[in-house]
Amino acid sequence: MENHLPFEKPIMELRNKIDELKSFTDEKDIDLSGEIEKLEQRLEQLEAEVYNNLKPWQRVQIARHPERPTTLDYIDSLFEQFIELHGDRLFGDDEAIVGGIAFFEGSPVTVIGHQRGRDTKENVRRNFGMPHPEGYRKALRLMKQAEKFNRPVICFVDTKGAYPGKAAEERGQSEAIARNLMEMAGLKVPVISVVIGEGGSGGGLALGVANHVHMFENSWYSTISPEGASSILWKDASYAREAAEAMRITAGDLKEFGVIDEIVREPRGGAHHDPKEQMAILRKTLQQSLKDLLVLTPNELIESRYEKFKQMGTFEESDF
Amino acid sequence: MMIKDLFSKRRKYASMPAEREQPKTMNEGVMTKCPKCKTIVYTKELMKHANVCMHCGHHMPMTPSERIDLILDTDSFRELHPHMVSADPLEFPEYKEKLEKDQKKTGHKEAVVTGEGTIGGTPVVLGVMDPAFRMGSMGSVVGEKITRAIERALDLHAPFILFSASGGARMQEGILSLMQMAKTSAALKKMDEAGLLFVSVMTHPTTGGVSASFASLGDYNFAEPEALIGFAGRRIIEQTIRQELPEDFQTSEFLLKHGQLDKVLHRQDMKNVLSAIVQMHT
Repeated sequence: MENHLPFEKPIMELRNKIDELKSFTDEKDIDLSGEIEKLEQRLEQLEAEVYNNLKPWQRVQIARHPERPTTLDYIDSLFEQFIELHGDRLFGDDEAIVGGIAFFEGSPVTVIGHQRGRDTKENVRRNFGMPHPEGYRKALRLMKQAEKFNRPVICFVDTKGAYPGKAAEERGQSEAIARNLMEMAGLKVPVISVVIGEGGSGGGLALGVANHVHMFENSWYSTISPEGASSILWKDASYAREAAEAMRITAGDLKEFGVIDEIVREPRGGAHHDPKEQMAILRKTLQQSLKDLLVLTPNELIESRYEKFKQMGTFEESDF
Repeated sequence: MMIKDLFSKRRKYASMPAEREQPKTMNEGVMTKCPKCKTIVYTKELMKHANVCMHCGHHMPMTPSERIDLILDTDSFRELHPHMVSADPLEFPEYKEKLEKDQKKTGHKEAVVTGEGTIGGTPVVLGVMDPAFRMGSMGSVVGEKITRAIERALDLHAPFILFSASGGARMQEGILSLMQMAKTSAALKKMDEAGLLFVSVMTHPTTGGVSASFASLGDYNFAEPEALIGFAGRRIIEQTIRQELPEDFQTSEFLLKHGQLDKVLHRQDMKNVLSAIVQMHT
């Protein structure tokens, strides 16, 4: 792992030491296997200690890892014959959201997701996965098309948020997001959303009004980014670590609040440590969700989706 | 570029005048100073003019009860769920205290007042948000009360009219605030399917998660003059695009120009227009 995170440093150091000893053994023909074995046990302990006790801020860092699989990576390995479809038919094509049709396990589905870049050049083209209104309108167009042809919609959520720009405001960022929330609520086909990385506020939710909402173990989903919350709370964006704790933005928190259905397990250390295993885990989650939803009638799908979001919130009612 | 340009003072980010952020100070004294034209007028006179400055037409904030009196037929209002109060799901520092403070300040329990009444004799369901309560931010109670108001309109087969004024989703209730956007929008979808009328009137300010949910979903979207309406905050946008924004950016007039509003409605025309619209849909 070239690109390790700050909290992974002790693990990397130990791993390097083991590698050194191994090559030393090979070169000098000295038997250090006992020593190596001990260190490997230590490594195993250390990994378990670090990765089984990840703090919210560490999960945020994993969610943003440059090597973390993106929407297109999941589409490539879990779906067959993906045909990408472009444009909102009104203004343009926003590459911060990708969408199209494909087969999942032999059945046609519509698949849509935020797409961040996998390198700087792609990030510029895709605006770092932060959509403009035309991105949301493209997504809605594809969802309506899925409804017409009676196929399920699968959405991947992975954005820091909707783009805060001048043009985005001029073209109705608010309306585009709002429209998606409303129209997704009424879709007659199964809708599944999976938060695979960052679930940045309304920009994430605009692909998130689903029958089933799943969330990766090391992803975050929040009303406001940790940096944003930090700026408001402490007038300084550098307390993001503290804000990540205070805001309760991890999959475990959201499960507790009844906002998500399932936590999608990740390989130890995060999806990028073993993308292949991650694909297999996600495939099972999607299979099960589809199986559960495909038996429902259009009316049942709409009603259960409504009831799901209706129960979200906490308040007290008294008579006086 | 000249080297001196590197050191030249750049204009600091523009911000809303502080007076507009403090509706509480309004109507307290005998005289009120218009935050826009600085003219000092008798508060009583101002109230007679629905808190619109008689000199420059500036629309000053209204309390929910003033708004209800302005829009609904006299004594027709019956409030729904006035006692619903926020829980503190995140155990957020000082949240409970801030809520209690704003409850005392405004006289109601949360940032929206909902209820039933009549306009020109026709029953409607009405919601009015209060920017003086936690900046009108939307937490669980605001989302739930608006959703129940919409469900009530569905039951009565009546139009729903909502005056929004909000800084957006309420940070102190975390993800649950965000989900109120989905909840309220889903309820509006039901109204839409039922062929019922929803009129959204955006007042100063309508931003963030409220702008990006029910406030933008009216069959008719109106706004009061010079209200601040937008998704992202001006300062965030200026920092992101590294440009100064035009003076009228994210005002009602700006939205109208860009095709995002049906009409900018002066407060003095509000009741007549709403009344006419309600009549056209009965």
